[in-house]
Amino acid sequence: MATKEDVQKLASLARIRVVEEELQKFTEEFDSILAYVGKLEELAIDTKGAQGLPALRNVFREDGEPHESGAYTGKLVEAFPGKEGNLLSVKQIITHD
Amino acid sequence: MTKPNELSITEAARALRAGEFSVRELWDACALAARERNPELNAYLELFEADEEAIASAQKRIDEEGDGAPMLCGIPLAIKDNIMIEGRVASAASKMLENHRAAYDATVIKKLKEAGALFVGRTNLDEFAMGSSTESSAFGPSRNPYDTSRVPGGSSGGSASAVAAHMALGALGTDTGGSIRQPAAHTGLVGLKPTYGAVSRSGLIALGSSLDQAGPLAKTVADAKAIFDAIRGADPLDATSVPNGLYAPRALSQTLRIGVPRHLLESGIDEDVKASFEAALAVLQKAGHQIVDVSLPTSSYALPVYYVIMPAEASTNLARYDGIRYGLAKRGETLLSDYIESRSKGFGPETRRRILLGTFVLSSGYIDAYYRKAHAARTLLTSEYGAAFEACDVIAFPTTPSPAFKFGEKSDPVSMYLEDIFTVTANLTGMPAISVPMGTVERDGKALPVGIQFTAPKGGEDSLFTIGAAVTT
Repeated sequence: MATKEDVQKLASLARIRVVEEELQKFTEEFDSILAYVGKLEELAIDTKGAQGLPALRNVFREDGEPHESGAYTGKLVEAFPGKEGNLLSVKQIITHD
Repeated sequence: MTKPNELSITEAARALRAGEFSVRELWDACALAARERNPELNAYLELFEADEEAIASAQKRIDEEGDGAPMLCGIPLAIKDNIMIEGRVASAASKMLENHRAAYDATVIKKLKEAGALFVGRTNLDEFAMGSSTESSAFGPSRNPYDTSRVPGGSSGGSASAVAAHMALGALGTDTGGSIRQPAAHTGLVGLKPTYGAVSRSGLIALGSSLDQAGPLAKTVADAKAIFDAIRGADPLDATSVPNGLYAPRALSQTLRIGVPRHLLESGIDEDVKASFEAALAVLQKAGHQIVDVSLPTSSYALPVYYVIMPAEASTNLARYDGIRYGLAKRGETLLSDYIESRSKGFGPETRRRILLGTFVLSSGYIDAYYRKAHAARTLLTSEYGAAFEACDVIAFPTTPSPAFKFGEKSDPVSMYLEDIFTVTANLTGMPAISVPMGTVERDGKALPVGIQFTAPKGGEDSLFTIGAAVTT
C-alpha cells in the first residue's frame, strides 16, 4: 500500500509538486497500478542471469567533428529562457558569504 | 469522381505522373479538407502554409523524372508533433514545449524532404506520447472520423485522424507500446512499428528509449511500405539505428505459416472482434497460408513488464525538462524552485503519474522487485518469441480487444493501459509489427473499424507487408 507520504517523497525526488487534492488521487491510482504490475511477483525468474549479447555492438563513432563548429549555436541560444550574449543565464548557486 | 486527397499514395503518385492533377491541386485538396474538418476533429495542432518552393520543385521532379522520381514526391503527409521539423514548433502536445521551435530536422524529416514529400501540418498526440486516446494532450483530444464521440486511439491519434479523414495521404507516428498500431486499428488504417533500430530516432522527442520507433500510418499496405522505405536506414546520429540487412533474411515461400497463440485469446476480447479475427484468419487460410498454434506463456506478463520499463525510461528521459535551457521556464526563489515550478506547470497529470511511477520502480528499495524483474522477464519473453518463430513466420493477434472507445470511458489508468495488451510485446522484443484493417464491428449503430496485427522476427518487415496485403485484398 502506497501512502500519501510515499507519493510526496517520490514527487520531491522527481522535482515535481503534487497538490493536496491530487495527492489522494495519485496515491489511490498508484495502488491500483502497483497491484497490476505486482503480477510480476508470480514469475519465478533469476534477475541476475545472463542477458545475452545484442546483435548490434561497438556502435561508437570515430572521433571527429560531427558538424561545423557553431552550426547550431544561434538556434540553441534562441531557445534559452534567459541569456547574456551567447551565454545561458541561471541563478547564482554559490555565494560568497 | 474520387477527390485527389481521397486516393492512396500509390494511386496519387500514378495520377501525378499521368498528369491527371498537379502537385498543387493535390496539396490544395488536402489543405481544403483540413480546413473543413480539422476544427471538429482536432487532428492537427497546426496547419502549415503551402510551401510554394517545395511544391514547384516536386512538380518539376515528377515532370522531368517521371517514374524515376521517388514515390513520395509531391505527396502531402501529416507529421506527429514529437518529430522535429526545423523552425517549426515541436510541442509533444505538452505545455512544457508549447513554444519550443526545433533547431534542426529529425533524420526522418530530412529523408522525407529529400524524397520531395510535403508536410500538411503537425498532428496531435497524448502528451509526450503517453496514452492511448489523445485525451492527455495539453491541447484537447482528437476525434475519430468514424464516430466523433469516440477517440481515434493514441498516442498517434492526430496522425490517424488526419489520414482517415483524408486531410493527408499518409502520416508519421511513433510507437512505444502500440502508439502507431492501436490508432491505425481504431481508424481503419495500416500502421507499422518497424524493427527496433530500423528507423533513426535522431530528432524525435524521447519517451522510452529501449522501445521507441517511428513509422507510417497509411491507407494501404503498399503506402506504409513506401513511407517505411523512405525513412529507414542506419544513421550516425542515432547509435541504436541498424544497417539494412543486419538481421539475416529468412527464406520465405509464397505462403506463410501464421502462428496464433490461442491461449492468450480466451478472454478479454469482444466477441465480434474475435469473430472478425477468425474470419480474417479463414481468408488467409483459404489463400493457402497455414495456421499453426504457438505458445507464448510469458506474454500474459508483457503488460506489467511494459508498465515498469516504460515509466522507468520516461522518468529518466523527462528529467531533461528542467526549465533551464529551453521549454517552459518558471522562476522561483531558488534554483530548486525553478526546477519544481517549471516541471509542475509544464507536465500534465498522466506525465506526472508516469514520472512518479518510474521514480518508484527505480528507487533503491524496489529496483530489484520491479525494474530488474521486468528486465529479466523481457529477456525471457524475447527468447519465447524467438522459439515460436521456429515454427511460424508471423504471429497474429487482434490489434486491440475492442473498437474505439468513447471519451472519458477509460478514466482509471489501468483500464487505459489495458488498451495496449496485444501491442506492447513488439516493443519489448524489438520485433516489427503491422496492424491492418480486418473489417468493422457495430457499436451504437455505427460501423467501427478493427485491426489484425502481425509480428515478425527482427528485420522481417517484408513478411509483414506480404501477409498484410493478403488480408486487405
